[in-house]
Amino acid sequence: MLGKTANGLYWMFRYLERAENNARLIETGQRIALTRSGAPTDEWTPVMQTTGTDLSFAEKYEAVTKESAIDWMLRDPDNPSSVRSAIEAARQNARMVRTALTAEVWGAMNGCYIDVKEALKRRVNERDLPGVLGLIRQRTALVRGATHGTMLRNDAYDFARIGTFLERADNTARILDTKYYVLLPTSAPVGSQLDNIQWETILRSVSGAAGFRTAYGQRVTPTGIVHFLILDKRMPRSLNFCCSKIRDNLGYLSSAYDHRPYVQTMADDLCRRFMSHDVEAIFDYGLHEYIQDVVAALHDLGQQIEKDYRFFS
Amino acid sequence: MCEGQFFDEMWAGDDHARNPYAAFHDWITEEDPARLRAKQREAEEVFRLTGITFNVYGRKEAEERLIPFDIVPRIISGREWQKLSRGIEQRVIAINAFLHDIYHRQEILKAGRVPREMISGNEAFLPQMMGVTPPGGVYTHIVGIDLVRTSENEFFVLEDNARTPSGVSYMLENRETMLRMFPELFAKEKVRNVSNYPLRLQKSLAECAPSGTSGDPTVALLTPGIYNSAYFEHSFLANNMGVELVEGHDLRVVDGRLCMRTTRGYKAIDVLYRRVDDEFLDPLNFRPDSTLGVPGIFDVYRSGGVTLANAPGTGIADDKAIYSYMPDIVEFYTGEKAILQNVPTFRCSDPTSLQYVLDNLEELVVKEVHGSGGYGMLVGPASSKKEIAEFRKKLKARPANYIAQPTLALSTVPIFTKQGLAPRHVDLRPFVLMSPEGIRITPGGLTRVAMKKGSLVVNSSQGGGTKDTWVLDD
Repeated sequence: MLGKTANGLYWMFRYLERAENNARLIETGQRIALTRSGAPTDEWTPVMQTTGTDLSFAEKYEAVTKESAIDWMLRDPDNPSSVRSAIEAARQNARMVRTALTAEVWGAMNGCYIDVKEALKRRVNERDLPGVLGLIRQRTALVRGATHGTMLRNDAYDFARIGTFLERADNTARILDTKYYVLLPTSAPVGSQLDNIQWETILRSVSGAAGFRTAYGQRVTPTGIVHFLILDKRMPRSLNFCCSKIRDNLGYLSSAYDHRPYVQTMADDLCRRFMSHDVEAIFDYGLHEYIQDVVAALHDLGQQIEKDYRFFS
Repeated sequence: MCEGQFFDEMWAGDDHARNPYAAFHDWITEEDPARLRAKQREAEEVFRLTGITFNVYGRKEAEERLIPFDIVPRIISGREWQKLSRGIEQRVIAINAFLHDIYHRQEILKAGRVPREMISGNEAFLPQMMGVTPPGGVYTHIVGIDLVRTSENEFFVLEDNARTPSGVSYMLENRETMLRMFPELFAKEKVRNVSNYPLRLQKSLAECAPSGTSGDPTVALLTPGIYNSAYFEHSFLANNMGVELVEGHDLRVVDGRLCMRTTRGYKAIDVLYRRVDDEFLDPLNFRPDSTLGVPGIFDVYRSGGVTLANAPGTGIADDKAIYSYMPDIVEFYTGEKAILQNVPTFRCSDPTSLQYVLDNLEELVVKEVHGSGGYGMLVGPASSKKEIAEFRKKLKARPANYIAQPTLALSTVPIFTKQGLAPRHVDLRPFVLMSPEGIRITPGGLTRVAMKKGSLVVNSSQGGGTKDTWVLDD
């Protein structure tokens, strides 16, 4: 496979995952804003912090309003991570690697692009927002479904999966990092329950509210959430789950190519972190520092993949 | 011009169809127009979703447009096709022999059949190709011959495409769409298959690999990239041939071989089907500012390390000024009269011809010698006085840049409109593959149709559409 094709597959699926994650973040922000009582507070700045676009937003807008924040995250072409930008980038990469995709995957991706583009042509008003966000999730899910159902389990699939899980791990890490202060033991009496709004925001951002209840019961504690999102391998958006998927797919590549590149060692190191640490150790080390380490490791891993598999040179 | 002047390929007289269309005619007259309209919309939806689009030059980069597709097939009988393919084969053999001669001994110039200045002063002539023999002696691996029909028995070659002919993906997708929309039609009629084209292309290209190639040759397709107007076709063909689609920056010359950068290191390529023009192919040998090509690829080519399809320098054979010599060229190399006729052509470089052309602009079609895609041409009978006056100035300023031809009475085939069937002008581009093993002509081709009533311009960049082309197995 061409290095360029590996790069295109990796980014197609990173952007697809990003579009979906951003849609979920908007949905969460919107829901929290609607259901919270008392004085209105700024729900949107942390959301934009999560996507790393709060600073470029501030350059364009004077104040944070619900409308401007939603529009920024949903369809602003100046925001390279907006849902529209991400879907466009995913489709652009798909065009580039079309020879490595099945007709079904390409058709689903192109259809996703056409329909989402149409839905995001104009500013989306509040009334239509749930429908539009639903459409985005549904169309991205179709691409993923076609990928699972029709792609050969070869190197093309591995690069697609690695892109997906790197993006997802990064997203989960950022959600945790934006909200890490509410999870610190000092922010509430030890053993007490979390503020409803805060834990709801976190769990909804990763579509994990019901999953958490199933696995941990009704009592939502900081330790529970941190365990769920970092260490729990049952949770498909936890750091441990995503990183072990990355390691697995890198492993398939190594055996298919009969060559073990350095990035495989990096992935092993990253995964070992989640096996040897428990929640207490993470809090002892410092939750913020721990997450920062993981984000940095994911970044380095991404760069090493580019090198080892000759994405650019 | 009134419609009766033109030969219609479907209607023989008032209400009955010509023989090749008989079965189709029976079918369509029984069909409910509302169902056909729905099918037409369905077909467009398929094209949109599949992303069968082209980019229009001069517009926003990201803009992708659909080529209109018409559901009425263009039908050619087996007998008609037989005659056409004999003529096409003869012409392609002559073109290839001409190229070999021009880049070697230049016998045709010595014999005075083509004037020397037609070659030496021609931008399409590539001096770097002098004395170079491509692997297997094949210059034109893929050729598209543009044909028009003017009566029951008259076909003319409008132009030859010996550089990088495009449009074959439409031939294939149009057929796929028709099979999907109207399976019952194909059950009734024996239509010859075109869908094995990509496999035949792959085979034909592999047969042209350099003589030292061991094992199965590695073929790759070079595209200028996703912003190129024909990118869809490039990816479509690479995909259906099962070969890599590469861009210039994926390639590098390593140890005298052309190689592509894969996830496992550099891998040698034996045959490169390149959809990049000669001048952009190699910044070291041609245009130094090109970012689409590969530095040093031409040196590898000259040393016999890689096959380029088509060979560099083939433009000298499909140049519009050379075109007018094609009957001589065919005769010179095959010893036979040309089976397919040429359109009478006035070379404006010649003062007598120029005067005639200037005097008769409103009757003629004038084309740029190096132009393509319907850009920069004048269709006299369809132009306003003002347009003709402006063109007259351009023509006088650079006469050698133009040729002129009488306006041909292009045949019509009906298209399906809201008001029912209506005749529109068409042309035909069959696709020809050439390798040392032989010449393969796909029974069918791309039928382009002017969607506007009365229009003679079928180019997609000028609003033309396409039809499925059927060659019957009769």
